[in-house]
Amino acid sequence: MKDASPRTLLHNLPVESYVVAFTVVLWLILAVTAPNFLTGDNISNMMRQVSISGIIAIGVLCTIIIAGIDLSVGSVAAFCGVLVAQLLSHGLDVPLAIVLTLAAGILIGALNALSVGKLGIPAFIVTLAGLQVYRGLALLISGGMTVGGLPPGIKEFARGSLFHIPNLFLTLLAVAIIVHYFLSFTRTGRYLYALGSNSEATRRLGIPVFRITLIAYVLCSGLATLAGILLVSRLSVASPSMGNAYELQAIAAVVVGGASLFGGRGTVLGTVAGAILFTTMSNGAVLLDVDPFWEMVLEGLLIALVVYLDNLQKKRLSGV
Amino acid sequence: MGNVLEVKGIRKSFGPVEALRGVDLTLQSGEVLALVGDNGAGKSTLIKHIAGVYRPDSGEIRLDGRKLDLLSPAAARDLGIETVFQDLALADDLSVGANIFLGREPTRRWLGILPYIDNGLIREETAGLLKRLNSHVPGKAKSVARLSGGQRQAVAIARAIYWKAKVVIMDEPTAALAVMERQNVIKYARELAASGAGVIYIGHNLVEILDVADRIAVMFRGAIVHTTTAGETSQETLIKYMTGYHDKQAGAQRPEQEREKRHV
Repeated sequence: MKDASPRTLLHNLPVESYVVAFTVVLWLILAVTAPNFLTGDNISNMMRQVSISGIIAIGVLCTIIIAGIDLSVGSVAAFCGVLVAQLLSHGLDVPLAIVLTLAAGILIGALNALSVGKLGIPAFIVTLAGLQVYRGLALLISGGMTVGGLPPGIKEFARGSLFHIPNLFLTLLAVAIIVHYFLSFTRTGRYLYALGSNSEATRRLGIPVFRITLIAYVLCSGLATLAGILLVSRLSVASPSMGNAYELQAIAAVVVGGASLFGGRGTVLGTVAGAILFTTMSNGAVLLDVDPFWEMVLEGLLIALVVYLDNLQKKRLSGV
Repeated sequence: MGNVLEVKGIRKSFGPVEALRGVDLTLQSGEVLALVGDNGAGKSTLIKHIAGVYRPDSGEIRLDGRKLDLLSPAAARDLGIETVFQDLALADDLSVGANIFLGREPTRRWLGILPYIDNGLIREETAGLLKRLNSHVPGKAKSVARLSGGQRQAVAIARAIYWKAKVVIMDEPTAALAVMERQNVIKYARELAASGAGVIYIGHNLVEILDVADRIAVMFRGAIVHTTTAGETSQETLIKYMTGYHDKQAGAQRPEQEREKRHV
């Protein structure tokens, strides 16, 4: 029998509880120090902000679980955002433009999976190349300019809300619930964890390893594409420079939320909590009038802290 | 009891090296057959043939009398040949139950539509299995990463028992274990045999081998040179065969084999 001393209890708490507790403390501090923090406008603004980074982070989570990574998500969001805007400005129907763009995103994911799973190139290298390639393509197909003149249908979505909850946030909730179900309750979802945990054992057990890899990278690029489309809806225009450094925020959110960069661990709940934490931080920095350059420094330091935490977790797991 | 596994005249060469030189072996359901031999005697090469990793140059392997034409370890596993590897095929971040059922999870449907893994059934079956093995493995542990080497062996063996493996290959299962845990692994091997599986047990520790095995086969330079029941042999006899000393004594009567050896 395990003893139930407070120390053991603390050790057995899910990792997500730390990030939730930290976020709540941050909220309390901001509620006291920043008068505009707890206003309806600010809260719905934060909800919209967290939606896009949260959706991207959930996709990146899937690649991190299989001990991979996707550094291209920010560029993919920009490229696909520009792509959907170009299609729309050339007179395509909104649904058709969205379907075509999502197809492009899925293709990008499949290419990543092929390079990693069949050609054996490390995911870090493949997606680092993607980070450059898709940013370049976004600049190419936009001619380096902002794409505007979009139909009202696409702009309405991000402005709309249901029972005071912004549509964007509802989209995040839907994505979170679906991916949570997939990861926690389906066999394929469990194989993502198995693959990240011990790829050799997973192969020996006859589980189709490449199919699992494909699903993870397609989910990731697909969700980055969805985020790109939502970003265009929110900004009413598409800029080739949007979504810059989103990959770092996403990875940070995933790891702060309890995932391991070594694979095998991570949850949707933790990832969304991590995304909320980062959104709160940047929102608080604006409200408290912190120099935006300092905000960048703080974010960078947080990422360093996160990697340290990841190592700490690994030690904790091995019982040291 | 019939032979669950028959190996007939298996030969395998890697380039100029003749790793197996016509191996014959039979394994019965419910017995533990120990395979001993010095490093490089061909034990690993032989079991890799049985596990579907290698294909023989000539000779055949029969499972329940049917000729095996194995293409992959996964195919071997589907037919009921499980291998408990030295480096253990467990996914560290998954629970004990998830590991036992990995690749074969039972599912149910929510409202007849949405499929989900039946974790309740997995927990129930796992608890029963661990009780049967009397293994002191904490079945509720969130991941197997914190389990000891012996406990991890127990999980791998529980997997073989649950899926009613016909042949289980245990490849030096005690190599990295503490003395106390070795006794448990020997117990698990007997439990496996009692459940009806044929167990091939590879090891170096002869005391342990004499304790666990029903029969013992000794390999020397790519061939099985001696097969005996555990009750009728001793460490000294086994070592004689393992080192080829016995062969040298008999060498006068078998000049052709002596000549063959010089070419190796």
